[in-house]
Amino acid sequence: MEISGAQALLECLKKEGVEIIFGYPGGVVLPLYDALYSDKTIKHILVRHEQGAAHAADGYARATGKVGVCLATSGPGATNLTTGIANAHMDSIPMIAITGQVATPLLGKDSFQEADITGITLPIAKHNYLIKKTEDLPRIVKEAFYIARSGRPGPVVIDIPKDVFVNKIKFSYPDKVEIKSYKPNLQGHPKQISLACKAIAAAKRPVMYVGGGAISANAAGEVKQLAEKCNIPVTTTLMGLGAFPGTHELSLGMLGMHGTAYANYAVTDCDLLIAVGARFDDRVTGHIDKFAPNAKIIHMDVDPAEIGKNVRVDVPIVGDVKNVLRAIIEKVAAKEKHAEWVAQIEEWKKKYPLAYKSTKEIKPQYVIEEFYRLTQGRDVIIVTEVGQNQMWSAQFFKYDKPRTWISSGGLGTMGFGLPAANGAQFGRPNAIVADFAGDGSIQMNIQELTTAVNNRLPIKIFVLDNCFLGMVRQWQELIYERHYSHTNLCNNPDLVRVAEAYGAAARRVEKVEDVKAALEWSLTITDRPALIDFMVAKEENVFPFVPPGQPINEMLID
Amino acid sequence: MRHTISVIVENKPGVLSRVAGLFARRGFNIESLAVGVTEDPNVSRMTIVAEGDERDLEQITKQLYKLIDTLKVFDLPREKAVERELALIKVAANEKTRSDITQIVEIFRAQVLDVSEDSVVIEISDEADKIESMEKMLRRFGIKELVRTGKIALERGG
Repeated sequence: MEISGAQALLECLKKEGVEIIFGYPGGVVLPLYDALYSDKTIKHILVRHEQGAAHAADGYARATGKVGVCLATSGPGATNLTTGIANAHMDSIPMIAITGQVATPLLGKDSFQEADITGITLPIAKHNYLIKKTEDLPRIVKEAFYIARSGRPGPVVIDIPKDVFVNKIKFSYPDKVEIKSYKPNLQGHPKQISLACKAIAAAKRPVMYVGGGAISANAAGEVKQLAEKCNIPVTTTLMGLGAFPGTHELSLGMLGMHGTAYANYAVTDCDLLIAVGARFDDRVTGHIDKFAPNAKIIHMDVDPAEIGKNVRVDVPIVGDVKNVLRAIIEKVAAKEKHAEWVAQIEEWKKKYPLAYKSTKEIKPQYVIEEFYRLTQGRDVIIVTEVGQNQMWSAQFFKYDKPRTWISSGGLGTMGFGLPAANGAQFGRPNAIVADFAGDGSIQMNIQELTTAVNNRLPIKIFVLDNCFLGMVRQWQELIYERHYSHTNLCNNPDLVRVAEAYGAAARRVEKVEDVKAALEWSLTITDRPALIDFMVAKEENVFPFVPPGQPINEMLID
Repeated sequence: MRHTISVIVENKPGVLSRVAGLFARRGFNIESLAVGVTEDPNVSRMTIVAEGDERDLEQITKQLYKLIDTLKVFDLPREKAVERELALIKVAANEKTRSDITQIVEIFRAQVLDVSEDSVVIEISDEADKIESMEKMLRRFGIKELVRTGKIALERGG
């Protein structure tokens, strides 16, 4: 029996195990939406802006480890996805973005709603395809999923012209993928593993520096095993939060621009730095020549291009970090506590703890800590927007498990949090999903409240409302002589009324003593989103702060 | 340092823009580029000349490998390769100068492809510096038009 390209696409998605797609209809994807109309298996979530679809697919992927799928029509629909695609690319999130395209005879003629989305997404996707014949569709979808989830994961765009959706084929789905030019190297080289083991044995002041790669490789267990077997203190990047328990005695918390002082000091002083699925990003390293200046560096990553990109590495190991860590754990000799090193770190921890001053005002850090206390031991996923809200959430909530922290790391996309929280809640319906937001970023995709309300998603949105574009204001205060150029957001709409208009439950909290009760209240709302507008201290800063381009041990602590 | 990089890719639409775009966004300047199909019609070979130190070369090689359509990337050091570029040069020529021009053509083992009343078209296939010297020699006659291909190169022996 012959089926249309649109039906074939849905069959392909089912074969790949896709249960849910986030999308928005339009002209050229009508044949696909018609096929969805009578399909009973695949759940389609109607968003209110295509960017929301891309971030929801991304949040779903981060929360579940599965491939997220989003869908948009040609032209503006496709271009609206691009921020979400770039965001997933920077953070190596497996995603399939399906875009409609004008029919093949109209391609290249500036047709209505035509945009060259494969051209546009070249630098922001792992790979992309324009399908010109329906016969090619099953093979291309198979390849796209394989590329998205294997090696270093990432988004793959599949652009499908209208006539490719309409034309009929005899459907069969390939069992295997064979891409001659794409063969990720997953096993670490045994010689390099030995070198790594020797370096670990010789180290007196080792530190593990763990990034998002450990989470995408599902290697949190191995990170912990190696850390415990050899007594190695562990710091994580923003993307690596949850890859090692934040409450563990070997945990140093996050490093970098807003990392803990003790993590930054430890990295600066260490004699061995073991980088696990991390990429020496400028927000982590600060002044690159002064980063871990005395350390031998072991760098394990599945992407060979990351090794040696930003720093010179002594022991490069290309491979899936789970496999590499396993091989090291098997071979390396257990080590006792590095007594002097631990004592030094303890001293730093005592001397420079993460802290803030309590006042009569609501401190944003307090809201986060209070929510942590309230939900400790429960299945919680924290999602953030970008800016101060994100950094405080990274600092003052302890993440003990992978995939409990969802944040836009590489691209730093304001407006990511709310749609990503929706995606995460769809993926993990029993988890408490909370989006810590700022009063700036929450408005960048506020329309996605509709998606949450219509699907009765009990996400929590905690706006740390300081009437400012807080992080930019902080830089203006500290670097631009308090010239608060266009960062004052006091003319924002009433967010409580906005949320209520969307059908969400909402409250405003203005007093410290009401914070706890309000957070508790939000947990009682289980059939719709709950938004709390916390009026927090306006000019609170995120500390520690390493001014851009400075060495990470030269930070402003308060 | 100048490098000649061979990039073997799947012969698919859009591959050239993937490769060219990669050089541009990673900040590597392409001096010349030649593309054509190989002994296998499904595979194309690009020869790219670009400037950079060893670390740049390593990084661009790795980034090229990350492109899904890339099969193989290698640097061709000059001493290990045979290299050719092709140039077509249209030179102003009259009865008086034509024989002088022909002499230069012979010295450089180039050839004349077309002769008209007031010009000749010369073809030269050689290494870049030879083409440049010939161009210099012809300049006094008046070069009307000049077109050059990018460099192509193959490893010696093997």
